[in-house]
Amino acid sequence: MIKQKIVLRFPPHIVEKPTIYHLIKDYDLMVNILRADINPKKEGRLIMELSGEEANYQRAIEWMNKQGLQIMNLEQQIIWRSDRCTHCGACTVICPTEALLFERPEMTVHFVEEKCIVCELCLRACPARAMETLVDNANFK
Amino acid sequence: MKTNRSIEEINAKIKTGKVVVFTAEEVIGLVKEKGVAAAAAAVDVVTTGTFGPMCSSGVFLNVGHSQPRIKLNEAYLNGVPAYAGIAAVDLYLGATALPLADPANRNHPGEFIYGGGHVIEDLVAGKKIRLVATAYGTDCYPLKKIATTFCLSEINEATLYNPRNAYQNYNVAINLGHKTIYTYMGVLKPDMGNANYSSAGQLSPLFNDPLLKTIGIGTRIFLGGGIGYIAWHGTQHNPSAERAGNGTPMYPAATLALIGDLKQMQPRWLRGLSFLGYGATLQVGLGIPIPILNEEIMGYCAVSDQDIFAPIVDYHHSYPYREGGNLGLVNYAELKSGAVTVNGRKVPTASLSSYAGAREIAVSLKDWITTGQFTLTSPAVTLPSVDASISLKTMPQRDPEEREDQ
Ligand code: SF4
Ligand code: SF4
Repeated sequence: MIKQKIVLRFPPHIVEKPTIYHLIKDYDLMVNILRADINPKKEGRLIMELSGEEANYQRAIEWMNKQGLQIMNLEQQIIWRSDRCTHCGACTVICPTEALLFERPEMTVHFVEEKCIVCELCLRACPARAMETLVDNANFK
Repeated sequence: MKTNRSIEEINAKIKTGKVVVFTAEEVIGLVKEKGVAAAAAAVDVVTTGTFGPMCSSGVFLNVGHSQPRIKLNEAYLNGVPAYAGIAAVDLYLGATALPLADPANRNHPGEFIYGGGHVIEDLVAGKKIRLVATAYGTDCYPLKKIATTFCLSEINEATLYNPRNAYQNYNVAINLGHKTIYTYMGVLKPDMGNANYSSAGQLSPLFNDPLLKTIGIGTRIFLGGGIGYIAWHGTQHNPSAERAGNGTPMYPAATLALIGDLKQMQPRWLRGLSFLGYGATLQVGLGIPIPILNEEIMGYCAVSDQDIFAPIVDYHHSYPYREGGNLGLVNYAELKSGAVTVNGRKVPTASLSSYAGAREIAVSLKDWITTGQFTLTSPAVTLPSVDASISLKTMPQRDPEEREDQ
């Protein structure tokens, strides 16, 4: 068994194809969609958790690569720049999953990567711009 | 035994390495354990700190004379406009200034990625700053255009001068509306989704000398990671705000104008900030040493978060339309616990000011004093306090065409 959170990026010509249907039907994977930014005829992005047999998972990844989808593991998406973080805590009420967490009584902020669902709300809510994403979001605005 | 100590005595102890310094956080426990009298007898100085967003900050620069000379008329530093109406090559750059090309809130909420505060951070970090300026040309200052770069060490003076810092207390901001709002108090989620505050509470300088008995013009302080001074009372200084029995105000009250040489400061404690939908500003680290002249002063320094109150204010309507009123008072212990109760509902809290930063500043200042690098100054003049009967004015709004002789 394997369980992995991934980010899928769709070029415009694939957006309208039934990718999820194939993942479930052809590769017998369980799909839990965490976030979707999909617009017809534009690039799209899906963040989801896949679970199933290791071999099926690998075949599904291969198939998606062949379809022209870009795949990244979720952990690589959001970066907390601890050198830029002032530990104010402003992000902790914005983050929906407590991935950004205020520790008391230290009064410092911690980033728990596994809890992050890449909603990106913190990127702009952090006044010190300590939250970054590796992915260029220009196409998703 | 009554404690009665002078600043000269404290400085003599600093020189011989015998001075006893506690931070405003550490001293709370000491007073609880030993009482005010014993704590006052034992401790010479209490250090405070705060590290929060402070608009009304900026820097005076003298960039030196060009050849041929120029009398700067319109000047931009990394694209951010600086005020040039002072003298030929003197400029003032404010923390909230924005590049002319900044989209601001045209695509609401704007991001305000780079403004005056960021230029100041880059300057302190020693980065090259681009200066582009124009002038109308005179016989004595013939040059009409200049484009160059400089870094901090290459210019004559860079003086941080912040007209209003160190607010003695501030509002707790909440949103009673049904849509997210973007304010200088951060992102406020609809229907009281969060409550944001901005003070270090028990560590904050002006909560530890609430009636301004020890500090005044000329008080030497920690400013931006270096040494600075209190220049004046700050703008909107309102010591008359209603106070609790312990002397701390329950509403925004006193403020300070601060000054210091930027060249000895650190980018770590002067951070450019971008408030979504609001603008750019500067996060300033500052700390003030409180000399324990007597037991009364020690009593003030012993104040703790549960005895300091702040008003909860609606930033959806009440604040922007200046309606006044609030949704009740909460203390800083509640605010720092992570949730407060407003209108019978539990609301998560967050801070804009860094308590961890405030603590680090108070500890640094303590280290400077105990290692003899920092001595205290006696203020030349004290600041207007509760007895000055100051009342805060609002802007006169009248028809400018109205004639006075009618
Ligand atoms: S809002 Fe930004 S600076 Fe403040 S604690 Fe969060 S990540 Fe750090
Ligand atoms: S991207 Fe979303 S979930 Fe991840 S840390 Fe930022 S606010 Fe939290």
